[in-house]
Amino acid sequence: MSNNNDTQDEPALATNRTADILVAIFFLVASAVVIYDSNRLGYGWRDGEGPAPGYFPFFVAVVMMGASLVNLARALLGTEKDAGDSFVSKVGFGRVLQVLIPTIVYVGLIQFLGIYVASAIFIIGFMLVFGREGVLTTFAVGLGVPIALYFMFEKWFLVPLPKGPLEALLGLS
Amino acid sequence: MMKLCKPAGAVAVKLGLLLIAAAVASPAVAQTWEPTKPVTFVIPAGSGGGADQMARFIQGVVAKNNLMKQPMIAINKGGGAGAEGFLDVKKNNGDAHTIVITLSNLFTTPLATGVPFSWKDLTPVSMLALDQFVLWVNSEAPYKSAKEYVDAVKAGDDKKFKMGGTGSKQEDQIITVAIEKVTAPKKITYIPYAGGGAVATQLVGKHVDSTVNNPIEAVSQWKAGALRALCIFDSKRSIYTAKVTQNQAWSDIPTCKESGLDVQYQMLRGIFMSPGVKPEQVAYYVELFKKIMATDDWKKFMEDGAFNQTTMSGDEFKTWVEANEKLHYDLMKEAAFLAPGK
Amino acid sequence: MEEINSLLQGFAVALTPYNLVLMLVGIVLGVIIGVLPGLGGANGVAILLPLTFSMSPTSAIIMLSCIYWGALFGGAITSILFNIPGEPWSVATTFDGHPMAQKGRADEALTAAFTSSFVGALVAVLLITFLAPLVARFALKFGPAEFFAVYFLTFASFIGMGKGSPFKVIASMCLGFALGAVGLDKVTGTLRMTFGHEELLNGFDFLIAVIGLFGIGEILSSMESGLKFSGSHATIRFDAVLRTWKTLLTYWATSIRSCIIGCWMGITPGGATPASFMSYGLAKKFSKNGHNFGKGEIEGVIAPETAAHAAGTSALLPMLTLGIPGSPTAAVLLGGLMIWGLQPGPLLFVEQKEFVWGLIASMYLGNVVGLIVVLTCVPLFSAILRVPFSIIAPVILVICAIGAFTVHNSMFDVWLMLGFGVMGYVFQKLDYPLPPLVLAIVLGDKAEEGFRQALLGSQGSLTIFWSNPLVASIMGLGAILLFWPLLSWIKERKAVPAMQAHGVVGGAGNSQDQIGRLAQLRQRNAELKQKLAAAMIEHDGLQATTIDQLEADNRTLEARLERYEMEIANSRKDRGN
Repeated sequence: MSNNNDTQDEPALATNRTADILVAIFFLVASAVVIYDSNRLGYGWRDGEGPAPGYFPFFVAVVMMGASLVNLARALLGTEKDAGDSFVSKVGFGRVLQVLIPTIVYVGLIQFLGIYVASAIFIIGFMLVFGREGVLTTFAVGLGVPIALYFMFEKWFLVPLPKGPLEALLGLS
Repeated sequence: MMKLCKPAGAVAVKLGLLLIAAAVASPAVAQTWEPTKPVTFVIPAGSGGGADQMARFIQGVVAKNNLMKQPMIAINKGGGAGAEGFLDVKKNNGDAHTIVITLSNLFTTPLATGVPFSWKDLTPVSMLALDQFVLWVNSEAPYKSAKEYVDAVKAGDDKKFKMGGTGSKQEDQIITVAIEKVTAPKKITYIPYAGGGAVATQLVGKHVDSTVNNPIEAVSQWKAGALRALCIFDSKRSIYTAKVTQNQAWSDIPTCKESGLDVQYQMLRGIFMSPGVKPEQVAYYVELFKKIMATDDWKKFMEDGAFNQTTMSGDEFKTWVEANEKLHYDLMKEAAFLAPGK
Repeated sequence: MEEINSLLQGFAVALTPYNLVLMLVGIVLGVIIGVLPGLGGANGVAILLPLTFSMSPTSAIIMLSCIYWGALFGGAITSILFNIPGEPWSVATTFDGHPMAQKGRADEALTAAFTSSFVGALVAVLLITFLAPLVARFALKFGPAEFFAVYFLTFASFIGMGKGSPFKVIASMCLGFALGAVGLDKVTGTLRMTFGHEELLNGFDFLIAVIGLFGIGEILSSMESGLKFSGSHATIRFDAVLRTWKTLLTYWATSIRSCIIGCWMGITPGGATPASFMSYGLAKKFSKNGHNFGKGEIEGVIAPETAAHAAGTSALLPMLTLGIPGSPTAAVLLGGLMIWGLQPGPLLFVEQKEFVWGLIASMYLGNVVGLIVVLTCVPLFSAILRVPFSIIAPVILVICAIGAFTVHNSMFDVWLMLGFGVMGYVFQKLDYPLPPLVLAIVLGDKAEEGFRQALLGSQGSLTIFWSNPLVASIMGLGAILLFWPLLSWIKERKAVPAMQAHGVVGGAGNSQDQIGRLAQLRQRNAELKQKLAAAMIEHDGLQATTIDQLEADNRTLEARLERYEMEIANSRKDRGN
């Protein structure tokens, strides 16, 4: 195990080893799910149908399981490259969450407000928190982009996107 | 309450005035309904196939002849053998701005996959036509008639003959199973491909021995002399007498029955709507499709594809669909194509 | 030369002012369509098709095919700038195009992409002009076994891409295959791995996976490292086009190889996507800079773009001569042909001479117009990278969400995209390579289909895969490529003693010791590099505030960068010798 953890001043939230173990387990679970369903579908030769529907996924999942077991073993033994290095620091993880959580909220809002209003709120909010632009620029971008997208999708290319109460109020939906 | 879709207020007012003017001018049709926003035309199949071609053609005819005030937008929702499209239409209860073109996967997909929908979840509008099926072989193949083909299958090894078709457990495979009843005890190996165009090419390249392509999918290869049409799976010959190839017209293709292969099958090309729509909304689309079917473009399209021009709507259509579903159920049950629990 | 006469007539048809305007409009619309994920070329052509009914068939097809060219050009833009491929065939362009943009070389990457696209298309059109009937017959030779062989070859040429653990490469690729298998099985019509969920009926669409893995994953990584948008200090030099053209000439071998791959895949019709991946994989194997692929090597942009465009263009050939569309967009164009009363097929070249040659002439003209349009916009596109991260990031996220939604009009897909985003972020950090995963999602189901159709036809006999010279040679080529990494590994093993004999690695002493020492030094080297990176992150964290400070700061950074670039160039030269 390499010991260059000290290079990172920011305290580590998880090491690569931990992350590797978790991802290997994720792969194993995925393999198990695929094998389970392939078993239902059949993975042998079927008369008139050729290789059964589960044939290909079954063998793919078996190979995936084998490779993931090796990955898991290497992670547990710490032989994976840079195993002791920080996977993500607390500060770094915080920064990831700073963008991930608002995005999740944004996608959630689309269902209630429609994509255009939610986008405007998201862009304006993001710029107010992270940006150093003036309020005027912020609102110009935040309102301009959804409006431009509205015309592009709904009017030119006739691709309907989710709309909410505001569009209904304006008679646009 | 009528909703307007134009963004600018001025346009909305103008349109409103126009509508009022129209209503005043013809009070008799004041009850009629019209689309107030773009109509989505769902194609429960991938791009390039027969349903796709027809829907895009209809979209074109509507635009070209100005048959609708609102645009019609065709979109492919072919996922899950069309289940994606049908489920989408089913979900939009009462939405009069969505219509769907159907092929036989309206019946076969729920039966074969167990995906929860049936035609009863939709509102039938009109039958546009019935699509034909023709037994094709490569023009270099030795068999000149359906009878010679059947004899060759019977004389050959079991499963040696390869039939190319579109999709699995759908119309092409159902016909193949029906042919196998005639060729019994010899079986035919059915090889499913993604689209009708690809199937025709595979036959030209001799990767399969025969196909049951729709006329429109194979016509160009037939014209070029690469394919031979053995018989048509209808009760009577086609009505189109204009020469398509150098010496043959659609009407020159014998029916399968008269050439000793007693199989009949035709496919519905129809229009359905979402459930829970009002009668006047259905009536609007019935009228619209009547107008479409009256155009010269449509007539030419029918002839190019050798369609059987049976059309119907209303209760008559409903009864027909019901009977056709039963037919598919029986055929698929016999072929053991039904999903568990169906 | 009957073709040349016909072509000249075609130019006469296509070269009216009206048609030229249509070309320009088509290209611009196409670029917009290509840039926005979710508005595919097929979609754009389908929507605009009705507008063209009032035109003559020739004018209409000119405009529609120009939309198609425009979309092909446009797909590269977002791939390079934001790591978001709008079309499947631009995925491979992200591998090196985006790292180039991050290093402030977006203008070079864009110029290389556009120019390569043009070259690919031009070669394909020449092929269509002079060899159409011959080539069309070749396409007929492709049955299921041959299709499987082509996909096998694509995968084989791509294997050994990752620098990390081979087990991670395998796991990653298998996950791609498994994800690609979800949904309806086309061969038997049964549902796989949906567990009764209607949302999973459509399976995992490639576009959603890619927007998430690459686009969202990229934004999360940028956020974490706190580097903000590293390309933001890109300077725009207006001589970029000429400068890049000079370098492009030195990569003529890659261009020719990519053209051949592209034309071949377009005709067969394997399509532009496998062509781009295969071309990238082979370029990496044959290039002397192969080890730098994925870090911003211009050759890694040239190869996929040339092949994708050559394939996209030659895909129109089977459509015209056989009526089988080589791409979804070609399928929609096919629908258009029928509405104009033109029957695509073997007789189109005979019966509709004016139309066909007008179309072919417009392929030449459309691509020239397209190249001029996109090249003039290179500075504009590169300028987008100077927009602060706080503005560009939310806008990209919004466009990603829209792109994911439009694939099946479903919110479920937007959530799925977010999931893929987190996955992409984690996988990238742990050296699980993403390219094999995406390749498997895109081509896995097609490869499986070909395999099963072939076996169905042969009654289970595997001999079908070497039953004729064509399929046997493709499979053989694939097998060679598959074992290539093994061969080169053996070669390297042999090379070490040889180098020692020449005193390259070390002087006297036990060779085992030398190897051990080498490994130690390598590790130390890697450690130092990591420390340096960490130091740079920290350095950037200390915000300089005044103008003077910032200027001084930038000067140091620029000097450092220059030194690095010089060193890299020198070491490359040494290695080349």
